[in-house]
Amino acid sequence: MNDPRALYQEVILDHNKKPRNFGVLENANRHAEGHNPVCGDHITLHVKIDDEYITGISFEGQSCAICKASASMMTGQIKGKTVAEAETLIQEFRDMATGKLNVNAQPHHLGRLTVFAGVSELPSRIKCAILPWHTLHAAFKKMNSTSTEKDF
Amino acid sequence: MNAHIKNQAAFPETLATTDTSSTFNLARLRADFPILQRSINGKPLVYLDNAASSQMPQQVINRLVHYQAHEHANIHRGVHTLSQAATTEYENARIKAMHFIGAQEAREIIFVRGATEGINLIMHGYGRRFIGEGDEVIISAMEHHSNIVPWQMLCEEKKAKLRVIPMNDVGELLLDEYAKLFNARTKFVALTHVSNALGTINPVHEMIATAHQQGVPVLLDGAQAAPHIAVNVQALDCDFYVFSSHKMCGPTGVGILYGKAALLEKMQPYQGGGDMILNVTFECTTYNDIPHKFEAGTPAIAAGIGLGAAIDYITAVGLDNIAAHEHALLEHATHAARNIQGLNIIGTAQHKAAVLSFTLDDIHPHDIGTLLDQDGIAVRAGHHCAQPVMQRFGIPATARASFAFYNTFEEVDALIAGIHAVKKVFS
Repeated sequence: MNDPRALYQEVILDHNKKPRNFGVLENANRHAEGHNPVCGDHITLHVKIDDEYITGISFEGQSCAICKASASMMTGQIKGKTVAEAETLIQEFRDMATGKLNVNAQPHHLGRLTVFAGVSELPSRIKCAILPWHTLHAAFKKMNSTSTEKDF
Repeated sequence: MNAHIKNQAAFPETLATTDTSSTFNLARLRADFPILQRSINGKPLVYLDNAASSQMPQQVINRLVHYQAHEHANIHRGVHTLSQAATTEYENARIKAMHFIGAQEAREIIFVRGATEGINLIMHGYGRRFIGEGDEVIISAMEHHSNIVPWQMLCEEKKAKLRVIPMNDVGELLLDEYAKLFNARTKFVALTHVSNALGTINPVHEMIATAHQQGVPVLLDGAQAAPHIAVNVQALDCDFYVFSSHKMCGPTGVGILYGKAALLEKMQPYQGGGDMILNVTFECTTYNDIPHKFEAGTPAIAAGIGLGAAIDYITAVGLDNIAAHEHALLEHATHAARNIQGLNIIGTAQHKAAVLSFTLDDIHPHDIGTLLDQDGIAVRAGHHCAQPVMQRFGIPATARASFAFYNTFEEVDALIAGIHAVKKVFS
């Protein structure tokens, strides 16, 4: 079992304090807003896609540490990948956060993102971690806004 | 029968006076609440989310079990013994609620699902009948969504206008501005007695008098007041008052709407169905008298009787004792919280119920809530269903500790230690 307290470990706190790729992205060609009405987390993603490759990504907004760190680490992992590869990560992250994917026993491409595995023990916080990924999916689908209350 | 009355007899001897230091036997009261013995994440539960929902003493649990095991049948129909017994117990609960808030008559007490349904009932039964195009409804800047949204729905439907009483930076309503909102089109005032997000106790007596000078009726949302301070609807002269059972040691699913009989009689029914009629034909239905006109269908009978037992319990503890102890807890918590660097208390009105809403540096309240939970401390984190309050203070959310009479000073200390631990994680 993952210790929920371990969620607030160095790497997440560091990304919360110094979020990467934070701000507006010039020349972005996809934008989506994500909102978690339960806790008020609100982020905006700016994505630049060229020939199926994600060449740029940034985020803005106001959110809790888990959501902000998740967004920050997501932008780092996604840049340079294809949309299809990113969709795979979205699904794997979602499965990990909801406890369907055991990152210690099953194959995955999540890498350092496994620091979020512990969120599956905190039902009230799963949506905080998933929101950036949910929003990325919306950006791919050219939906301008999404909410954690909507299904994929 | 009446296990609750037997249990209740144990209280008066220890709670005979209002000198809380010597007679308010906290250890004994806490022993009544089985859930307080629980541990959470390996730590003793420190339950500080009472404004969201309070815990239930064994006396109320026993009353529910006894009803379900020995007295259950449908009420207000059937001539058999059980139906009559259940009806008697349910109606007794209505009388207890009447005494609890100082209403004049039992028929002024309507059973509803909770404060929210009570407000919706008034919006539908009074608002939709008596408020029309161009009319105005006054609410305040510190309302819970349940006392905003129904009035917005009404205003949208009727093309009426919603006016909002502003508040100052400590979370007190601006009474001069309030008085200025009245004009010939003002038809209704809906106001919270105590703010759930800030703890502010509003000067409702004075505010009701202001409205009545203009001939405007007033609804008070008492969800956060009824469990904590003595309420007398006749002394307040409010026209409507609503509160919920589950915030005052009773079960979920039931609450009370008080209305002055003359107003309730003028109102249209909220829902149609059984129990609310005198006579039905396909051509015409004659509605039942109040309170039954507003009580269509089989109600939450057990919950209603459980609310009666909760009223007995709270009354035996004594609302003066409760208010005094909770005030002492709040003072203790406020003093300690002010010494934490980076902690900002949201809501510092002069008259406050035992609610400590705060932000801590730039740490999101949800992170505070999750980390406190790891120490067994239950607080609410979020917008508290009062998003306009959050907007007024320019914050997305707060963490909120809300105290009940069964909380201890040691629990307040545990909260303060927990907040220091949160700061350390984020340092």
